[in-house]
Amino acid sequence: MLIKDGIRMDGRKPDELRPIKIEAGVLHRAQGSCYLEWGGNKVMAAVYGPREAIPRHIQHPLKAVINARYNMVPFSVSDRKRPGPDRRSVEISKVTSEALEHVVFTGLFPRTMIDVCIEVLGAEAGTRCAGLTAAAVALADAGIPMRDLPVACAAGKIDGTVVLDLAGDEDCEGEADMPIAIAPRTEEILLMQMDGHMTYQEFEEALELALKGCREVSKLQKEALLRKYETKNEVAP
Amino acid sequence: MKRKIVLPGSVVGDMKSKKPGRGTFREGDTIYAAQLGILNDRGTYVSVIPLSGVYDPHAGDTVIGVVQETLRNAWMVDINAPYPAFLNVENVPWRVESGETAKFIQVDDVIIVTITGVDESRSIDLSMKCRSCRKVEGGTILDIQPSKVPRVIGKNSSMLSVLKQHTKCWMFVGQNGRIWIKGEEDNVNTLINAIRIIERESHTVGLTQRITKLLGG
Repeated sequence: MLIKDGIRMDGRKPDELRPIKIEAGVLHRAQGSCYLEWGGNKVMAAVYGPREAIPRHIQHPLKAVINARYNMVPFSVSDRKRPGPDRRSVEISKVTSEALEHVVFTGLFPRTMIDVCIEVLGAEAGTRCAGLTAAAVALADAGIPMRDLPVACAAGKIDGTVVLDLAGDEDCEGEADMPIAIAPRTEEILLMQMDGHMTYQEFEEALELALKGCREVSKLQKEALLRKYETKNEVAP
Repeated sequence: MKRKIVLPGSVVGDMKSKKPGRGTFREGDTIYAAQLGILNDRGTYVSVIPLSGVYDPHAGDTVIGVVQETLRNAWMVDINAPYPAFLNVENVPWRVESGETAKFIQVDDVIIVTITGVDESRSIDLSMKCRSCRKVEGGTILDIQPSKVPRVIGKNSSMLSVLKQHTKCWMFVGQNGRIWIKGEEDNVNTLINAIRIIERESHTVGLTQRITKLLGG
């Protein structure tokens, strides 16, 4: 039983997000960085570059290459995760890179690469959304020119109800999970994946819900970036 | 004066009244910010002054470089940009025979150079044929964020003269975010401290006065 009388196991309503905390500029050696907590997820993202692309064969003569690297640390899950890239993290790295490539003005930095490191320190379903959201904040913090500040959020289905932002058990035992990433200004979809089954109506409903979630998270992202400068912004001369 | 901080994708103006400047882009009739930075919409152009980011080389900039490699007819110099920069033997004030580049400037030497050109493929040409260009001897190199360089220099080099005057140090600020400092140890430390404060609080107003006060002026 994952949902009872319209209330989920962790006390949320179907259209409610888990609590989110975002902090920009936490690492000093990175060009830009972000620490994000999204329910039980704890994610650190760092951006380095644009810098000379190495190895040289990955250089593109006309644009920068975005090299996102999603990694889960061994202690991020209850059973120790074997360190190093696996099928899943390679996939997430790829889709994240592609989502970010659509918003960054890569044409301004030919022959370079921009490294985006996403480290998952604690995982509780929806890490790719958390990772991408953190990466977007880190990119903006690094001063990389972008069309928009991308944001991600998931929706899914548990016990026949369409819900927003699946948490741990809901993800494992639910019927469907659909993470999406958007550019919030135009609401273009940058990433969409789904596992499980939903009917067409349920899909429409889930998409609408996920978009709503993205809009909420987008606000938090912007607040986090402004907060970094706000504190020192108006010091009297 | 309130400085407005804008984020990538936020609306900063429209094409009817303004033109898109640096750090912005247009879509249809609207101008958006492309970078996190301070909005500047005085004049006909609207632009965003970045608060972070790598050094973007431009012709005419004077920068501090570290020699990475000596080639037959050129030196390869690291100027803190994402691209390698070349200093050809024709662009130095000495006569250098082919293959004798290492006699004049060795690997790891620090030089002050000007950028003469950046071409389409972003390869950078350097020159040492100007008054402030030379090989640097002694002193310390300090790295700051390239976007903070204008603040360290200040309007009409007001900040720079405050720093030099109160610490009695020799200093040179490269556009690429490298600063060369030479002086007595205590003074150098005070100066580094002051520069770090400028870097941290670059987006605030009344910084020059505060720095003057800090340095005991």
